[in-house]
Amino acid sequence: MTIPREHYLQAVFPTPFHPRTAAANTLNVWHRWRDYTVADAYFDVALEYTALRNACTVFDLSPMTKHLITGPDALAFMNRLVTRDVAKVKPGRVGYTVWCDDAGQVVDDGTIFHLRDHVYRLCSQERQLDWLLGSAYGFDVSIVEETHDVAAIALQGPTSCALLKRLGLAQVETLAPFGIRSYAFEGGELMVSRTGFTGDLGYELWIDPELAVSLWDRVFDVGQVVGVKPMGTLALEMSRIEAGFIQAGVDFLPADRAIRADRTRSPFELDLEWLVDFRKGSFTGRRALLGERTRGSRYRLVKLDVEGNKPAKDAFIYDRRRRNVGVVTSALWSPAAKANIALASVQMPFGAPGDELWAEIYYQKELKWSRFMARCTVVEGAFFNPARRRAQPAADC
Amino acid sequence: MNRYDVIVVGAGHNGLTSAAFLAKAGLKVLVLERNPWIGGAAVSRELHPGWIYSNCSYVCSLLRPEIYRSLDLARHGLQIAPYGGGLTFTRDGDFIGGYADKDVRRREYARHHARDADAYLRYSRDTMRQCRFIRSLLMRTPPDPASFRLRDLREMLHLAREFAKLGETTMGDTLRFYSMSIADYLAEYFESDIVKAHHAGSGIIGTALGVHSPGTAYVLLHHYMGDVDGQMGSWGFARGGMGAVSQAIAGALQAFGGEIRVDAPVARILVRHGQASGVVLQNGDECYADVVVSSLDPKRTFLRLMEPGDLSPDLVRKAREFKSRGSSGKLNIALDGLPTFPALGRGHPLLAGDMHFLDTLERFERAYDDWKAGTWSKDPYLDLLIPSMTDPTMAPPGKHFMSVFVQYVPHEVEGRDWTEADRAAFRETVFDQIARYSPDFRKLVLHAEVRTPRELDQEVGLTEGNIFQGELTFDQLFFNRPFPGYAQYRGPVRGLWLCGSATHPGGGVMAAPGANAAREILRDLRRPSPVPEGWSDD
Amino acid sequence: MTDAGRVVIVGGGHNGLVCAAWLARAGRKVLVLEAADQVGGAAVTREFSPGFRVSSGAHLLHALDPVVERTLKLASHGLALARTGLNTVALGEGGPLVLNGAQVLAGEVSATDRLALAQHVSRQRRYAALLARQHGRIPSTPWNLAKFALDIRRLGRADMRELLRVGTMPLYDLLEDRFENAQLKGALALDGVLGAKLGPRSGQTFFTSLQRAGAYSMPRGGMGTVTGALAIAARAAGAEIRVSSPVASFRVATREDGGEHISGVVLESGEEVAAAVVVSNADPKTTFLRLLGARHLDAEFARRVQHFRAQGCAAKLHLALDGLPEFRGVPPAQLGERLIIAPDLGYIEAAFNPAKYREFSPAPVLEITVPSLHDPGLAPPGKQVLSAIVQYAPYDLAGGWDAGRPHLLAATLDVLARYAPGLRGRILDAELLTPVDLEREFRITGGHWHHGELALDQFMMLRPVPGAAQYATPLPGLYLCGAGSHPGGGVMGSAGRNAARVVLAGGRV
Repeated sequence: MTIPREHYLQAVFPTPFHPRTAAANTLNVWHRWRDYTVADAYFDVALEYTALRNACTVFDLSPMTKHLITGPDALAFMNRLVTRDVAKVKPGRVGYTVWCDDAGQVVDDGTIFHLRDHVYRLCSQERQLDWLLGSAYGFDVSIVEETHDVAAIALQGPTSCALLKRLGLAQVETLAPFGIRSYAFEGGELMVSRTGFTGDLGYELWIDPELAVSLWDRVFDVGQVVGVKPMGTLALEMSRIEAGFIQAGVDFLPADRAIRADRTRSPFELDLEWLVDFRKGSFTGRRALLGERTRGSRYRLVKLDVEGNKPAKDAFIYDRRRRNVGVVTSALWSPAAKANIALASVQMPFGAPGDELWAEIYYQKELKWSRFMARCTVVEGAFFNPARRRAQPAADC
Repeated sequence: MNRYDVIVVGAGHNGLTSAAFLAKAGLKVLVLERNPWIGGAAVSRELHPGWIYSNCSYVCSLLRPEIYRSLDLARHGLQIAPYGGGLTFTRDGDFIGGYADKDVRRREYARHHARDADAYLRYSRDTMRQCRFIRSLLMRTPPDPASFRLRDLREMLHLAREFAKLGETTMGDTLRFYSMSIADYLAEYFESDIVKAHHAGSGIIGTALGVHSPGTAYVLLHHYMGDVDGQMGSWGFARGGMGAVSQAIAGALQAFGGEIRVDAPVARILVRHGQASGVVLQNGDECYADVVVSSLDPKRTFLRLMEPGDLSPDLVRKAREFKSRGSSGKLNIALDGLPTFPALGRGHPLLAGDMHFLDTLERFERAYDDWKAGTWSKDPYLDLLIPSMTDPTMAPPGKHFMSVFVQYVPHEVEGRDWTEADRAAFRETVFDQIARYSPDFRKLVLHAEVRTPRELDQEVGLTEGNIFQGELTFDQLFFNRPFPGYAQYRGPVRGLWLCGSATHPGGGVMAAPGANAAREILRDLRRPSPVPEGWSDD
Repeated sequence: MTDAGRVVIVGGGHNGLVCAAWLARAGRKVLVLEAADQVGGAAVTREFSPGFRVSSGAHLLHALDPVVERTLKLASHGLALARTGLNTVALGEGGPLVLNGAQVLAGEVSATDRLALAQHVSRQRRYAALLARQHGRIPSTPWNLAKFALDIRRLGRADMRELLRVGTMPLYDLLEDRFENAQLKGALALDGVLGAKLGPRSGQTFFTSLQRAGAYSMPRGGMGTVTGALAIAARAAGAEIRVSSPVASFRVATREDGGEHISGVVLESGEEVAAAVVVSNADPKTTFLRLLGARHLDAEFARRVQHFRAQGCAAKLHLALDGLPEFRGVPPAQLGERLIIAPDLGYIEAAFNPAKYREFSPAPVLEITVPSLHDPGLAPPGKQVLSAIVQYAPYDLAGGWDAGRPHLLAATLDVLARYAPGLRGRILDAELLTPVDLEREFRITGGHWHHGELALDQFMMLRPVPGAAQYATPLPGLYLCGAGSHPGGGVMGSAGRNAARVVLAGGRV
């Protein structure tokens, strides 16, 4: 994309779906996502959330940062970049991963799409071109940012597979979680991946921006009968916390943005030990992470079930002796789990399963502020993890 | 009548700040200023009817918010209006703009170089790390590393602790940062010449060094470590010109009962029995005080206002060897209307910010080579602003005030004094540089004041015209400022103090040297100090 | 395939040889692999024209580590100095100025300048001695930092303050403050800029000048004798040395747990040599980016290595002469000294300016020796060899050195002709080695004779980059021992000795 000199006249761009998202946005509330605007909510956050967990919803994720990595050394490069073994992400598969700086602190998290041999797409929250090109020294790879060249929507919820079948995507139900398949769509290519940020059955659809509007239209045409609704960032935020997914800038600070030395987190400290594969050989941060494994981590990210029904947003976490040992990074009342849930970063050794932790919660009812200490239970696994998310073949509802 | 607790020589912003805090502490304070106006280099002057020129310093960011608040400067009329942006024109008719909005800025950088747009984030992160470290030292008195006194050891320990807080990698980076050139520093982040050039100016403004000279990376901090209302690195205009800063501090001083005398040039600082005892004015009047605070640079203070016999030969030598070479000049221009810059087009938001004209590091360095050869740069670095776009008090409606900072400009032209012909030629050099990017600029000029280091020396009193009252190289920074062993504001004679920009933490309209000096003076007088501590950044 | 228990040293420069000798003396099995057909690296004597031999890299000895010299008994292995304590003969339009340390042996110098010179030299020597005390220490271990701090404290209050002030200053300012004689200032400034991409006005040139505060001497037989003696010492201690064995890459093995470590080297011939420990005498960029490969390193570490400032700015001129050159005003007795053409500060600064724009100096600064005067064996009977460092010659010359080389040679001969009018007619053969040639000949990326600028941002625990400043590298088993490590360049040998100690300690410092 060549950028015109007058780009400043429109500080924030419409996404390729904007003609449709704007029309659907009856509330006219928008959220700025880097260069673009996306809807915070279209008609009602709670109803959008309900549509997600009950039928299916469409979320515009075009602003997601995307880099295309190609070349004979693409795999070697990816393996040096990220903590997991990318060789295990076969062509046509997607893998969630994090990558670290030399000190083993998480730079960002994202998904690796192994499109075909020697071709990967890396999707991430933050812009990474400088980091990726810096890491590419000595590798025969080409790296280009393609954020603006690929439009995408997330189609998530129990009827999402049924919708895709109605869209005529042959045997889409056989697509396994983290699988990718391509279909022809109006003379172009529609790439479908069984991925998402909601912890539910769901897909992400990747398309040429030129075809974006017609994809939207088709999805809503065939989707009426399965209850498709547009969904904004607020309902998405609810679902990702229920799924226990972390978000850059919220649950951790990207290491390459940290000005203060002690603000960053390692994968271990984000409960992502499963993503670190020491056996695959050298990668950036390996030495530091090995050291951390020997020395012990400073923090841990815990999932908390908080007593009562007052969301523990921004709450301090205390131990049994009322010492401040951490802070809640994300929290809400989970409609799906019917629980008061939170993600929190706590100092080691606190937060082991069975530990007694307390959250200091401030809340207001009709402008009267109250404070109380809520007992927290450390839980393992996602707060909400329906079987349909993993079912193969995917069910219709 | 002429007996005071404290006499402050020079009513620049640091002299006034020192005086204000000392008056606030209950002392009887007199400030003596040789000019008919106060403010030193922070002045607003009506040199063309209807136009107010900030004719020396022209923008504000470094002024410590602790001091702003503690002296109640807002109540004394000071208002800082932040402005956004900053752009560099390219010779091919384009420009790179530092838009205030971070996503727009990123996109603008990406328009020139995709990777550098992302690298900018790493650059700002690392630069901010350095800023945070240095900000923690601004409102403190530097320790003497060669001393074993408890307070020095304690302060060294504080320094070591702040340093250790940076973390291992940043510690190494900090050591490197202080000894690098701005060109090498930028090369660690950016690949494109235009992005480098866009950021290089901050490494050389006011210094007698080129972009390739080691030590210039540090100078960058001097332009990034300030803030406007907590926005680190942003700059603003003092409403009514920079004189408003001095006027507000003077207002505070007077509210605390302090006295200012203008048109009162000091001829000598009196020393009796090894103790400062007052001053003699050029008109012969004498004023007495046991505390004499000079806000002048050390060359003026020690070599012109004191008897050599009152000082040790070593100190005289230190003063002589103090480096304060002027390297910049200024044009203050009254304009009949707003000039157009075809690259930008009318109404462009960047018209309200800094405009720069050097798009490669080579042009920067060649500009410096001219200065080394004893002349002004023929392709000069300009920091051009039109303050009247933000502050309507600076010019009549529809008219504009343009402030053009120019570098490099020598104190003497090829070893001799400036002539009128030199000044005219210098003005034309600057006009040409502007007119290359703004064809209608020339015909809008109603009046232009030309200021070279010579004027800064003769009128403002900055020896050799260095805008920082002494160069900002490591040999003259922190515990070396102005000289090793004299960095704690105490002069070589009992009762004599320094409080100007030639002391830590140095130049810029910061007021920290003045405040720190006041704290040290009150400490010696065993009086409680109203000087605020620095605010934590965490 | 050979014994995996041994240490392979890549590069037989002086530091590699010192390291080899040290390790062999400690009982390690050591193999030195040298790419060239003789050992010595940039401290070699080679024939540049039939019958004419010269020290083709460094041509003066001024910083050889005395511990190395003593411990390895270099004198008994053939190291002899043809001359020690060389005078500096500063050529100038009005005749030469002859200096030796703080002494002025010839030339008009005022009493003020003599006093200033004495103070300058004594200050330089005090601080140089302070730095020399750090040479044998592994940088940045807390204990050694404390010792460094203590050394600084021991200078006394006044001297410590002075060090903290002048440490980062340009020589230009210091000299202008205290000296009158332009020629004297030029001569003193040269010490701060020779080999560096700095002019007298550049900050830190006082610091760089401390590297050259020692007395200059000239080994008999050229610099090759020094490394020759080191090779004998190494062999005597049991080290094996193979020449003409350029290393193409390092071999990295992966353990069961995924951890990588060095397992040997691969020669350009394809031969593989196994080793548990590899010590690289090559410069940091060659070591990490070419021989090892960035992929075996963390990304930020690799980026730091890429930004290691290592572009040479000096060229080397060798002239075969059919007789003694004559320099105006220089008596024959002084011809064998260190002659310099750096007549004043302005001249040097003007010579430096073009280097910033990737151009060479139209009137370069020169350090000249006539080694054949001390060592007739270097040239056929009756003939002479002239060796000169030519500054400034930026590595990244605009237009490339193939086009630029003859022009710089012409400019250099023009400058020489100004002081030695008859020289041109005596030249039988000339060779000019630009940084690109030095890069090719000595396999130093960037052709910098210190393997990288020796400036404060690349000094001690910052040299070459944090994470590799204690000779051990992030890759287990791989060590550095070259001039790219503390304490840096000059034919010193301290880096090799320190590296050996770290290897013997198993990488722990």
